[in-house]
Amino acid sequence: MTDGQAQVTGAQALIRALEELGVDTVFGIPGGAILPAYDPLLDSTRLRHILVRHEQGAGHAAEGYAQATGRVGVCMATSGPGATNLVTPIADAYMDSVPIVAITGQVSTSLIGTDGFQEADIRGITMPITKHNYLVTDAADIPRTVAEAFHIAGTGRPGPVLVDIAKDALQSRTAFHWPVQLDLPGYRPVSRPHAKQVREAARLLVEARRPVLYVGGGVLRARASAELRILADLVGAPVVTTLMARGAFPDSNRQHVGMPGMHGTVAAVGALQKADLIVSLGARFDDRVTGKLDSFAPEATIVHADIDPAEISKNRVADVPIVGDCREVIADLVVAVQAEHDAGRRGDYETWWQTLRGWQATYPLGYETPADGSLAPQYAIQRIGAIAGPDTIYCAGVGQHQMWAAQFIRYERPGTFLNSGGLGTMGYAVPAAMGAKVGQPDKTVWAIDGDGCFQMTNQELVTCALNKIPIKVAVINNNSLGMVRQWQTLFYGARYSNTDLHSQRVPDFVKLAEAMGCVGLRCESVDAVDATIEKAMTIDDQPVVVDVVVHQDAMVWPMVAAGTSNDDIQVARGLAPQWDREE
Amino acid sequence: MSRHTLSVLVENKPGVLARIAALFSRRGFNIDSLAVGPTEHPEISRMTIVVGVEDRPLEQVTKQLNKLVNVIKIVELNPESSVQRELLLVKVRADLDSRSQVLETVQLFRAKVVDVAPDAVTVEATGSADKLEALLRVLESFGIRELVQSGMVAINRGGRSLTDRALRAVAS
Repeated sequence: MTDGQAQVTGAQALIRALEELGVDTVFGIPGGAILPAYDPLLDSTRLRHILVRHEQGAGHAAEGYAQATGRVGVCMATSGPGATNLVTPIADAYMDSVPIVAITGQVSTSLIGTDGFQEADIRGITMPITKHNYLVTDAADIPRTVAEAFHIAGTGRPGPVLVDIAKDALQSRTAFHWPVQLDLPGYRPVSRPHAKQVREAARLLVEARRPVLYVGGGVLRARASAELRILADLVGAPVVTTLMARGAFPDSNRQHVGMPGMHGTVAAVGALQKADLIVSLGARFDDRVTGKLDSFAPEATIVHADIDPAEISKNRVADVPIVGDCREVIADLVVAVQAEHDAGRRGDYETWWQTLRGWQATYPLGYETPADGSLAPQYAIQRIGAIAGPDTIYCAGVGQHQMWAAQFIRYERPGTFLNSGGLGTMGYAVPAAMGAKVGQPDKTVWAIDGDGCFQMTNQELVTCALNKIPIKVAVINNNSLGMVRQWQTLFYGARYSNTDLHSQRVPDFVKLAEAMGCVGLRCESVDAVDATIEKAMTIDDQPVVVDVVVHQDAMVWPMVAAGTSNDDIQVARGLAPQWDREE
Repeated sequence: MSRHTLSVLVENKPGVLARIAALFSRRGFNIDSLAVGPTEHPEISRMTIVVGVEDRPLEQVTKQLNKLVNVIKIVELNPESSVQRELLLVKVRADLDSRSQVLETVQLFRAKVVDVAPDAVTVEATGSADKLEALLRVLESFGIRELVQSGMVAINRGGRSLTDRALRAVAS
């Protein structure tokens, strides 16, 4: 018998398969049903298991790891509550197309379906929020299933795959074969775009007068930032990057007119809204970008490139559909546009740029400095970005601080802004930052979190402290659930129902940080901002938490109110831009 | 809304029916009928799904179904170029006075009686939805006690095999 076919337990086969797949890190927590897998894990020299404090943390950490490295992130949990605690990060990864594999223990085959102790039908539960999932009841199926899970998670449109393994399958013996033959007759993602469609897109680009490249997270997933820069340079059209695509195109590039959407810049929202041609690259016309869909970009012809055919014409009907991997699509577009140029056809966007420059000059991003001398949250976030610089990885939670982190930090490189875009998961930042730091240990990782978000998942700082994962966390502490409060201010007559967290009083975030083995700092005034951030930057052997106490009533502007048209964007409360002003 | 008949070739694996049914409900599409069974290839099952949707949502349904890893191929079957059949079992009241009329109706529709009781007969009929509907309209006048219907199954006319073509595409 050769080495590759030795008799092993299902659990050993699982660990061997993970090693063969090149996995170096697993985030998880053991429990009854997954226990057999944890035994051989103890002997593995190639797998580092990071013991988290809550399974949700394991899931988000796997996401952070995946987004920071481009590799598939792995999390592991036991059956029942262990598995259901993974539901939120799995749903998050599904919405944001993050490649993760979740491995869960299941009760033994004889107990499945009997409401056994810690039994939950996690395959059934996660069906609508996974790209695919498995229940394995035979040890012999473990290596192939795990290999398929990684293949599905990481190829095509990436996403989460769950592998639920019955305890007796982990315990019984089987022959281990590697490599394995994948058996996926129904899985054939298309990556090569259709040449005719690409040529049509190029023709439209040179004929358009008001084109815009609408760049989504798919460009990051496809690692197509370099190709995008070449295309943008060649075409000369404005570029907008969605929340999920921040960093895909440098903010410093003159053609970048900002982030579109509910809290986008006037120039970026206007660029889409007034365009005569939108070339969508790995974006999905999400409601947070389009506003009221039937009034979105009424004059625009739509070229929609996506690796997922189901995204095309899902929300806005595409005139030119292109199914393919963004890197290949963009590379082919470069060739096709060059061919148009060589034939003497070139776009003239001079008037369009004048309009856009007018909007940029008249409606730059900005914020009000609080009159009472308290700290503007936008300022603190802007300074973190300026001091930590473009090589840092920034992870945001969800809410006002997330929008400010998207608006006021300048992103120059792909994979430097991680956040929960689609699902909007409060509590994402700390564990995702942990995962990102594990994946990119030489990079500085800042979590920009809110006081609400931070209180959902901060226990992972214990994990960070014990495992020497020195992330930095800025808790933008406005004492409340800020974004909800903002909506209450604007749409509920300033009736603040259950949004006051009192977190400038309890808990004491500095003491909390110290209790969890981190350095705790506090910053309450404009004068102290730079010094505090710089101090945090010097600490590299421990996680750091900075309690940034900020003004409570700061709001995120511009804003397109939910369900309204992008035409009705407000740059501040009650203040709408004048679109036709061009000078 | 127009009715469309989709033939869906799927891997014969546990949970596939649940995935497909859940996808329809999650994306807000209604299934008019669904029938599933084995094919000439033991590793492949075939579902016939009838949906009532406009063309664009139909395209979205098809694309979403195609994303399911266990789905191998989806083909829309045109009513003109395919044979579409449903099976119906119906228990009709049939006493001494009405029995002969019931039996006459059964013969007229080329259905058959599969069970007889003193006060009722059970009728088995196969056919297109239209034919079965017509049969039921007539039987209704006698009194329908119980009714059960299968989902529609459908197959393209002509000599070519959908499964073979799908499997060849997978193999290539």
